[in-house]
Amino acid sequence: MNDSISRETIENESIDPDFVERIVEAGADRIRTCIQCGTCSSVCPSGRRTAFRTRELMRKALLGLKEEVLSSPDLWLCATCLTCLERCPRQIKVTDAIVIMRNMAVKEGFMLPQHRKVSKKLLQTGHAVPLDEANQEMRKELEIPEIPPTVHAHEDALDDVKEIMKRTGFDKLIQEEEGGEKE
Amino acid sequence: MTEAKTYSFFLGCVMPNRFPNVEKSIREVLPKIGIELDELEGASCCPAPGVIRSFDEPTWLALASRNLALAEKAGNDLITGCNGCYGTFKEALAELKEHPDRLKEVKSYFHGLGIPFKAEVDAKHIIEVIHEIGPEEIKKQVVRPLKGLKVAVHYGCHLLKPSNNRPWEKTQRHTFLDELVDITGAESIPYRDKFMCCGAGGGVRGSNVPVSVDIAKEKLDNMIEAGVDAIVNVCSFCHLQFEVSQAQLNKELGEQRYKIPVFYYTQLLGLAMGMDPETLGLHKHVVSTQSLLDRLLT
Ligand code: SF4
Ligand code: SF4
Repeated sequence: MNDSISRETIENESIDPDFVERIVEAGADRIRTCIQCGTCSSVCPSGRRTAFRTRELMRKALLGLKEEVLSSPDLWLCATCLTCLERCPRQIKVTDAIVIMRNMAVKEGFMLPQHRKVSKKLLQTGHAVPLDEANQEMRKELEIPEIPPTVHAHEDALDDVKEIMKRTGFDKLIQEEEGGEKE
Repeated sequence: MTEAKTYSFFLGCVMPNRFPNVEKSIREVLPKIGIELDELEGASCCPAPGVIRSFDEPTWLALASRNLALAEKAGNDLITGCNGCYGTFKEALAELKEHPDRLKEVKSYFHGLGIPFKAEVDAKHIIEVIHEIGPEEIKKQVVRPLKGLKVAVHYGCHLLKPSNNRPWEKTQRHTFLDELVDITGAESIPYRDKFMCCGAGGGVRGSNVPVSVDIAKEKLDNMIEAGVDAIVNVCSFCHLQFEVSQAQLNKELGEQRYKIPVFYYTQLLGLAMGMDPETLGLHKHVVSTQSLLDRLLT
């Protein structure tokens, strides 16, 4: 048929047949049994106010649209509330699948700038949310240890935490690409 | 009261570094109901399940294991007052137990650092331990029933889910926290979508504030519609979300529509136990608790 309607075509090159396999191996073992019922989307608090659709993400993952999935900022709209995982009629670990894809995205260099910042705080201080002056002051007023007895009060412990993050490669993973953010 | 049990108190990040008033209330109330707290010296970020686990799962597992190892070494189970930290420790322990090779992997990261770890320690939520003592037992300590106080109970997500790795009754309509609120003399009021997420987790608050605050707004609007006087939660991150989002929403609106005081459970219980509001850190809230306290305590 010859018409002027432009179709959205999924090119063969966009399909990575190994993508699902890697998600399955990482623990979302039932993902292939998805029946696209949309239960996950219907219970999603993020989907209620954004264009993020959990069901669509699952479908794209199954199709192997790796690049599209991993590069999309939508992947980061999941609040990991686990409602979809509880309600999926196929008992797919939907939230786990999302976390697995996020790990893949970060490995490919797709990381939101704010998330890189949080990671750097963890690398430097051992806390994703470190103590600030105002709260140190409040601790003092409340008569609880002014510096919490965490890595904040123990430099040797912080050294251990940093060493572990070096060994897991987290420090390298978080380092910015040459020439700034890839995102 | 039965014999006191000692736990290693895991603080996390948000509680000690943003809401020390909540930490204060926990330190004041728990020993009075038979729960002794041992400092977990040198603990780090749990690390956060929504962000760090989403970035690099092996780093998340290694650091979670280190925190667990500190408690194991102290000979205590770990206790936390944050749903996110609770989720991290429960899921990390499950992963280590189901996959012994993951424990080996973690130990390889610990090599030479002097951190023994067998993954035999357990991690508990503060509200889980309070619930174990039981509403009847706790009720004996209530000397100032909070009559007429209408409360919106917020459980949060990771306290309850995934349900196959949580200690609660298998239901989607939990009541244990409502029961623990009722014994304080306050009344837990039903409201729409009570079990919905607060919107803070998963790195959403960290990267997309408008979406995150809009989720909180939906919950807050439902609470306002139900006519509640206060929110009661058991998670430092949900606590942050309700405290900070209300201020943000008011600023955007240019009017003070959102002003529901946000109580951590131990603050509510402490009040009912006759403790002074300042001892419970209630004078350090983002959303002022003053007019509510004036009404309740006079
Ligand atoms: S709820 Fe489960 S089966 Fe239904 S679309 Fe979502 S992932 Fe697929
Ligand atoms: S876990 Fe994520 S995708 Fe699933 S319902 Fe919650 S926010 Fe939506």
